[in-house]
Parts: sequence; C-alpha cells; structure tokens
Amino acid sequence: MFAFILTRVANAILVMLVVAFVAFSLFNFVGDPVTNMLGENAPPDRKAELRLSLGLDEPMPFRFLRFLQHGVRGDFGMSFRNLQPVSSVLIARLPATLELSVMAVLLALGLGIPAGVYTGLHRNAWSSQAIQAASLVGVSIPSFLTGILLILVFSVKVTWLPSYGRGDVLRFGWWTTGLFTASGLKSLILPSITLALFQTTLIMRLVRSEMLEVLRTDYIKFARARGLSKRAVHFGHALKNTLVPVITITGLQLGSIIAFAIITETVFQWPGMGSLVIQAITFGDIPVLSAYLVLVSALFVTINLIVDLLYYFVDPRLRVGHVAGGV
Amino acid sequence: MPASGRLADLRDRVARARDSDLWYHFTRSPVTVVAAAVTLLFLALAAAAPVLAPQNPFDAAALNIGDSRLPPAWIEGGQLRYPLGTDSQGRDVLSTILYGSRISLGVSAAATMFAMLLGVSLGLVSGYVGGRIENLIMRLADVQLSFPTILIALLIDGIARNALPKNVHQDLAIPILVLAIGMASWVQYARTVRGSTLVEKNKEYVQAARLIGQPTAHILFQHILPNVLGPVLVIATLGLGLAILTEATLSFLGLGVPATQPSLGTLIRIGNEVLFSGEWWMTIFPGVWLVALVLAVNLLGDWLRDALNPKLR
Repeated sequence: MFAFILTRVANAILVMLVVAFVAFSLFNFVGDPVTNMLGENAPPDRKAELRLSLGLDEPMPFRFLRFLQHGVRGDFGMSFRNLQPVSSVLIARLPATLELSVMAVLLALGLGIPAGVYTGLHRNAWSSQAIQAASLVGVSIPSFLTGILLILVFSVKVTWLPSYGRGDVLRFGWWTTGLFTASGLKSLILPSITLALFQTTLIMRLVRSEMLEVLRTDYIKFARARGLSKRAVHFGHALKNTLVPVITITGLQLGSIIAFAIITETVFQWPGMGSLVIQAITFGDIPVLSAYLVLVSALFVTINLIVDLLYYFVDPRLRVGHVAGGV
Repeated sequence: MPASGRLADLRDRVARARDSDLWYHFTRSPVTVVAAAVTLLFLALAAAAPVLAPQNPFDAAALNIGDSRLPPAWIEGGQLRYPLGTDSQGRDVLSTILYGSRISLGVSAAATMFAMLLGVSLGLVSGYVGGRIENLIMRLADVQLSFPTILIALLIDGIARNALPKNVHQDLAIPILVLAIGMASWVQYARTVRGSTLVEKNKEYVQAARLIGQPTAHILFQHILPNVLGPVLVIATLGLGLAILTEATLSFLGLGVPATQPSLGTLIRIGNEVLFSGEWWMTIFPGVWLVALVLAVNLLGDWLRDALNPKLR
C-alpha cells in the first residue's frame, strides 16, 4: 500500500522533472534569451550585464537547478510580449479557463450519464438508435466547427447570445468571475456547450457500454428474480456499478478539457490560458510557453495521480491483487 | 514470374478475399459499404483535384478580384461558374476545397504512416527484446498517453515553429506538422503490438526461426509482424480520422500548414474571419466536407474493429 503510493509519487516527480527540462531547454536554447529580452540592437555591454545577472555564464546543470528552484516558487521570468512576470499573466487568465472547464464537465456529466443510461436500457428503441447516431456525428465534428456553427446560429442569425469574450466580470481578490452577472452567464453558454459536446458523447458511450455489460451479469438477474422494482435494479444495482470507470474517465478527461479549451477559447476569444498559449506560440513568447507547459503537465500529473489512488481505494480488487502479489 | 502466372496469382488472391469472413461481413453492412464508397470518393476527388477543379485557386492570373465574395450559385447574386461561391480573394470555394482536402488528406495520411511505423517498430522491439528497453519505451508511452494527442501535436509544432529560423520553418512547415501529429499518436500502436508480440514470441514458429539462427530483425519483421497487423489496421483507420481532425484543428488555430497551401482547416479559419458579415459559405462548405470525410473514415474504422474482433461476432 505504502509502496504503491510511493512509486506513483516518484513516477509523477520524474515526469515533472523531464517536462521541466524541456521547458528549461526551450527557454535557453530557442533563440538567445538575452537578445529576446533586449532586442537585436542593444549595446553589447548591456547584453553582457544581463547575461551575467541571469546567470547564463554558469554551467548548465547549475542553471537547470536554479530554473527548478524558481519554477517551484512559480517564477518563470518575464513575458517577452508584455514585459510582465509570467506568473501574473497566467494567474490573470486562470479563472476564465477554470470556470469554462468546470461548467463543461458539469454539462457533460449532466447530459452524458442520463443519455447513456437511457440508451443502455432501451438499446433497440429507435430513440436510442438516434441518440447513438447523433453521438457518432458528435465525435466526428471538430470542436472548432461546433463553435463556429453555434456562433452562426445564435449570434449571427439570431442575436441571442454573445460570440466572444466573457461579458462583465466581478473581481474577488485575484479571482475574476462571470458567474454573477447576466452578461457573464450568457457569454458562458456557447463556449461551455462547445467544450462539453465531445466529452458528453464520450461519457454517454461509456455509460451505455458499461450498462450493457452490467445488465448481463448474474446479480442483476438475481435482483430481478427477487422482484425488486425496475428502478431499484437499474439505478441501485446497475448504474452504481458502472460509475467507477465513469469517475476515472471523467477525472482523466478534466485534463483534456483544459487542453481542448485552447481551441474553444480561440474560437470565442475567451480570455483564458488557452488563447494565451496560442498567442505565445505565434509571437514567440517563450517564457509563457514554457510556463504553460509546466503548469499543464503538473495538472495532468496530479490528476492522474489522484485517479490512480482513488481507483485503488474505490476498487478493492486492485488491493487484493497487490497483497497477493499478483496483477 | 511470367505475366500469366502473376495474373493467376492475382485472381487467386481476389477469390480468397471474396471468400473471406471480412468480405462477408462487409457486404452485409450497408452503412459500411456507403462509408467505404464515400471514403474512396473523397480520396479520388482529392487526387484528381487539378483535373476536376474549375479553377486553380493558387494561380493569381486565374483569379478575378471583381468576383470576390459571391454566394453559391443557387442564391441570388451567385454565378454558375462558381457553384459554391467565392472567397474574399475571388477564389472558387469548390476549387479551394478540392485542393484543400488534398493537403488535409496528404498530411494526415503521412502522419498516420509515420505514427504507425514508429509505434509498430517500438512495440515489436519492446515486446521481443524486453528488459530495460521495454521498460523505458512503455513508461514513455504511459506518460504520453496521459496527455491528449492534440495538445502534444500543438506543443511540438509550436516549439518547432519557434526553434527554427522563420525562412527554414516556412519551407518545412508541412513535414514538421507530419512529425508533430505522428509523434503525438504512436502510443496506441506500440502498446497493442507489444501485447501481441509477447504472445507471438513464445509460439513454435518463432522458436523455430530462432533455432535455425535467423537474425532478430528478420524474425521481427518477416515472421512476427504479419501476425500482429490485424489490430494495427484498425488503429490506423481510426487514427487517420483523428489525424485529419488534428491537422484541421492545428491549421484552424493558425499553426499547421502555411497560408500558401491551405488545408480544410485553414479554409475554415479564413472563412471564420468574415462569418459576421453573413457570408457563411466560405466556412460551412469546407466544414461539411471535413465532417463527411471524418465520419466516413470513422464508420469504416468502427466496422473494421468489430469485424476483426471475434468476441463480437
């Protein structure tokens, strides 16, 4: 048990070190950081001075160590583009992305689980066939196209919903939120649907196939034979047992939602981290790019770690396997 | 082999193919037959774009700027010469789509091939050799699997974009895109092939080959490879659909292909810029084309997966 947690944590740290090294190389070897900061025509003595103050004359392992030291404290240097600290640029963008992502996850779960249960229980009804077909179309439409179509219908044809930005936001400390203003909520609708669509179909298909699997098992037959109500069998026995993989996948998908937010944010000009990273790539803003790389990887690694551990606690079979030395 | 012998061989192969389970399942699934037909049609249209397209959209002399932003032919103001309308530079939308799907398919097919080569080789080696190499490759695969494909492709492309000088990158944009998408999607091949290699390597034919002293590379690629290819075909078909989407997404974000060689994703981005003036045809037609293509490929892949899976028969 303890060894299991320890290896998982060690793995996570190893991955983070590799990612940090990539980010570090990006910062140091893509172009010349000094030229990037001061411009081509800066006087040589100023360049030399900055080179010294950045510690670029030291051997590489030392520089990497210092990069790690600063990184752990959240210091990734200055953005080339607007000359602010990278950390404050990222933090200013964080709430927008998180609000969008959480909204999308809630939407995906709220629509995907009921649709999956329905199509699983009535697998041959024409309505579930239709839902199935729609879900296949859903996974074939790239999310930027979904966004564009929604904009075309709801912002161009009828002007019900705004097509860009977050609307009015309220500020609580460093957190900005659009959840308490009418225009903020309206602005959230189209982007969160766009972001949720793919995950909804994914969750639906997962719940459906798990339901089909579980409904075939003996304990469901037995529960039916005991004369339990349909509701008790379907929800109390069947659905409950499909939820473990759903939890796992949703957890893992949370990370990919934040990645997919890059696309949605670009379509809707949503001022989050995703549109920031696209700008950073186009303008060659290396510090922002490498900080984003580290931040997103940290997020992914943490989510994976939590899901791994949760799985271990939720599913007792895994624990037995480990004790017996099997699996 | 003499020509008649080759012909007989071919006839034999066709006869065997028509006798196979796969063909039987194929002909009994109308959706799949349609999907295959649509996929072939798209491939043919893309290949024959220079012949079929009413206009060469990249030949500035053929363009008439006075004809820009015309709606499709069946709408008031449209012209028959431009069946799907024109874009803001006076290019025929149908022609740009034909040429664009050529680039989309070319890039994604190349990327899928690259991912397959990389993944299958790594899978074979790690399954057969085992030990530290296997550990390293599979650990890498695990790590990569926890990141979405699109994010990895985007970061590889973004890093290459900034690491290379501008003019070099201009020339290499398409190969870099192929590498980025390929490197982002090798994992599934490697994991599957490793699994089947682990099973195959203990079978008698492999032991026999080893006993008569055949070199490892020969055993891997001549003996084991043909026996692990079934699932690879499924992954490659589904992977092609995903690669088309990834390419389109990167190009839509303005990363992917250079603006001088627009793919379907680039066309949608260009169209998106004028969406608010109500000129929907520059966005919708390339979009519908893209979705139809991906849907057909995905249906084909789904069917192949079920057909090759004996459990589902």
